[in-house]
Amino acid sequence: MEVRFPEDERFPAWKIVVLQYVVAATFLVILGGYWRLQIGQHRQFLEQAERNRTRNLPIIAPRGRILDREGRVMVDNFPAFSVLLLRESTTRLTPAQIDGIARGLRLDRAELEGLLERAERLPPFQPIVLKQAATFEDLAFVESHRMEYPQLDLLQVQQRFYPKHTVAAALLGYVGEVSEDMLAKPGTRYRAGDIVGKSGIEREYDQLLAGRDGMRRVVVNSRGQEVGSMTAIDARPGHDLRLTIDLDLQMAAEAALGDRPGAVVALDPRTGEILAMVSHPSFDPNDFARRISRDEWTRLTSDPQKPLLNKAIQAHLAPGSVFKIVTATAALETSTIKPSFTIHCPGLITIYGHTFHDWVWTKHKGHGAVDLHRAIVQSCDVYFYTLGKMLGIERLAYFAKRLGLGARTGIDLPGEDPGLIPSPEWVQRVFQRKWWAGETISVAIGQGAVAVTPLQLCYMIGGVAMGGEFHQPHLVAHDQLLARGIDPPALKEVRFPLGEETVSTVTRAMWGVVNEGGTGASARQPGLDIAGKTGTAQVVSVSLQQSEHRAAFKNNAWFVGYSPSTNPEIVVAVLVMQGEHSTVAAPVAGEVIKAYYEKRFPKPTGRPETQTHAVDLATPRLGLAAAGTLAARR
Amino acid sequence: MKRRRFHDIDWWLLGLALTLCALGVLEIYSTTGQIPDTPLASEYKRQIHWVLIGCAASLLVSQVDYHRVVDRALWFYVLTIVCLVAVLVANHRIAGARRWLHLGAVTFQVSEMAKLVIIVCVAAYLGERRGGHIGWLDLVKLATLAGIPAVLVAVEPDLGTALTFIPVVAVGAWMAGIRFRQAAALLLLGVVMLPVGWHWMKPYQRERILSFTHPSQDVQGSGYQVTQSKIAIGAGGFWGRGLGKGTQSRLGFVPVSHADFIFAAFAEEQGFLGTLLVFLLYFILLLRLLESAQLAGDRSGAFLIVGLAAVLFFQVAVNTGMMIGFLPTTGIPLPLMTQGGSSVLFTFLGLGLAMAVRVQRFVN
Repeated sequence: MEVRFPEDERFPAWKIVVLQYVVAATFLVILGGYWRLQIGQHRQFLEQAERNRTRNLPIIAPRGRILDREGRVMVDNFPAFSVLLLRESTTRLTPAQIDGIARGLRLDRAELEGLLERAERLPPFQPIVLKQAATFEDLAFVESHRMEYPQLDLLQVQQRFYPKHTVAAALLGYVGEVSEDMLAKPGTRYRAGDIVGKSGIEREYDQLLAGRDGMRRVVVNSRGQEVGSMTAIDARPGHDLRLTIDLDLQMAAEAALGDRPGAVVALDPRTGEILAMVSHPSFDPNDFARRISRDEWTRLTSDPQKPLLNKAIQAHLAPGSVFKIVTATAALETSTIKPSFTIHCPGLITIYGHTFHDWVWTKHKGHGAVDLHRAIVQSCDVYFYTLGKMLGIERLAYFAKRLGLGARTGIDLPGEDPGLIPSPEWVQRVFQRKWWAGETISVAIGQGAVAVTPLQLCYMIGGVAMGGEFHQPHLVAHDQLLARGIDPPALKEVRFPLGEETVSTVTRAMWGVVNEGGTGASARQPGLDIAGKTGTAQVVSVSLQQSEHRAAFKNNAWFVGYSPSTNPEIVVAVLVMQGEHSTVAAPVAGEVIKAYYEKRFPKPTGRPETQTHAVDLATPRLGLAAAGTLAARR
Repeated sequence: MKRRRFHDIDWWLLGLALTLCALGVLEIYSTTGQIPDTPLASEYKRQIHWVLIGCAASLLVSQVDYHRVVDRALWFYVLTIVCLVAVLVANHRIAGARRWLHLGAVTFQVSEMAKLVIIVCVAAYLGERRGGHIGWLDLVKLATLAGIPAVLVAVEPDLGTALTFIPVVAVGAWMAGIRFRQAAALLLLGVVMLPVGWHWMKPYQRERILSFTHPSQDVQGSGYQVTQSKIAIGAGGFWGRGLGKGTQSRLGFVPVSHADFIFAAFAEEQGFLGTLLVFLLYFILLLRLLESAQLAGDRSGAFLIVGLAAVLFFQVAVNTGMMIGFLPTTGIPLPLMTQGGSSVLFTFLGLGLAMAVRVQRFVN
């Protein structure tokens, strides 16, 4: 056989060996690279892989509902979607992306940019809410643009819902995203983006109402689609909160006040439970449950009638003649006068060289001969000017304060105004001057610097009618708070016992105000035992005075009524701003008291009997229902 | 005679190749086979079919006298050029590139065939030569031989595969006896040609090179693939995350984890231990080929095997190197492991030729 390729044609072995070494060396270098990644930097890359595939999504805990005393829902939640921007793995959005998102979600571009700018300060794991209450179009946009905008996601939330809209809005308050001030407070329990109560009950009991948000770790693929879930920390929903408010009475009070600006407070003087609290004009807290628009916010905050203010506890106004109850009580308790003390009222009086007119002076006449009873019924200013002079400011101020004025009642709502009872020390401290003797005369009829809130007047009249027993006004029963592990300071129960004669004289006079053709006659309801005191204040708070709508607030009409006229179970304070005269306030209180009895005794039976009282007192919580059935049985 | 030949088959080589294929199929199954109702779910089955076909083909080829193949090198060459032109003319693009030729129900990647044909042609040309050194004319001829199909492939565009022709020619020249000054001159020419090559590159190719030199600047674009494959590999650690537990590859962070990036998925799930095993298998396979080259009965046989080894080595090095950021991203498959019928089939055909050379080493 022919050897085609002789031995010497073979390759030299060293050439193959060189190739072998090249292969070995190259593989070793590459293996070194794998060693570095897989052994050296393993931990770091494993972490990155985990971050790649997992996403932390918050589970928003629903806030507790707010119920009235019978468990009817005043504030609820409804499920909604929010559009989130996840910022964990995203670098800054490009202007084109911001444009696209703004267009897709129909957001204002400038507002979106502002939002993103504010969010820069937040930690990157925290998603930010781009849009609340997302519409179907928004959901479709997010779902169909997962590739373009993987940083968008949807989050199911429980949105706050106020089914009665403007009813009791100032009392209930509203919610919103936590402010930066609140976040800056040391030891804050809030995290950026939290929805918190901003005012009213929502704010006062935020801790109770707010649940604890949960967290869901989900597995996502490279397109950001959820493909599975890992762990979840369940959200703990907030606690429901039951108020002392009676929704029926609240509705009646809202209707009775109508469109007029002002406030109504109804409370049970035996316990301090607030039954109704109205402040008009109102607002719709639902507007805040979504992120409120700038325009709407501007409208609400610049309205001279201050719809966001709860006038029942924040109006700082002169009480006018309602204060005469304080003056009368002080005069009787200090034995300065006897109830039979009589003067002649010519319609004006000159004291300390200054002439003080009675409110009836415009008709160029006086009240004639008046004793204390008549002076209260007719609201005779001259009589009380005289008492003021006899008492002096020190004693007036002392009694006013002991009867609950000039200090916060301590109601469980934020922002309560303390009111003001002027005194020589006060003018010295604030104005660095001596007290003018003439000021005492003004104070005696509730003018001058005297300022109160509707709630304070309610508290004061109720306490006097109860013989000097004052129960701290409140909206949430304490047993409820204790059951939730919250230990609130005990409800104040102030006793300032008044003489029996004092109480009977004053309460009889207040009955006369309504039932003897007095200034509060328009509060009269046939068959109901209503007493009360009117007031008309010409002086308005400084801030309102300065407002351009000053004229509209010329007169504030007051009426504080209660029923029954002895041992009252309901006190109603009514403030009608821009009311011509106190007569416009009185019927409002009458309506509320009527509604109260219509509910207690479905067929109005007039003045309740003492037996019912006993039942009520024994079972204060069940009072209404029990009394109702008793009455029905009878 | 026939029995003898069958007995002489290099079962070691075949066993190594099949082991690598098995690892590949396992990984393809792990990354795609567990997601039902997608076209990818059956990829691993297709891969098994191709491996079996390739295996059978290699056994068949191993029984053929390889000289009959080498003698027909010109025919194969012309056929390949025609096919490459046909691919460009047919203009059927998949993912922006024209790489596939449709023959009835079967589509195949002509550039895979071209790799093998270049090996055969280089062996045919250099096998005829005598003496310890090659001349300048030989180098020019070799460059032209490989250059024509390389340009056609590069235009598809498939720069990675075009580059695979270089090691075939380089190793061929090395074995045939290139002089130092010739090698130096060629190297210099290559450096000078770099800017020209840059000019002819597609924008995405330049981007890949740029993101290779500056990986951190483009985390979402071209650099994304490498960033994610590095995360996958690093996350694997020493022991690996376990079969079917590689989140990077299974959730789609590593792109085409069953194809070009299969080794990232493999390294993630099998760890450094698996990586080491695969490199060992390739290393033994290459050593076995080089040993066969030394034993070859004639020069053309030796050139065949050395060329094949060069192509396999180049592909393994570039593919595994690009995944850890050592080299720019190119569409070079990991031979035997990457999912893809053409690549598997032609690799096995090459191995078949190598086995034929080994079988016939004593024949003459």
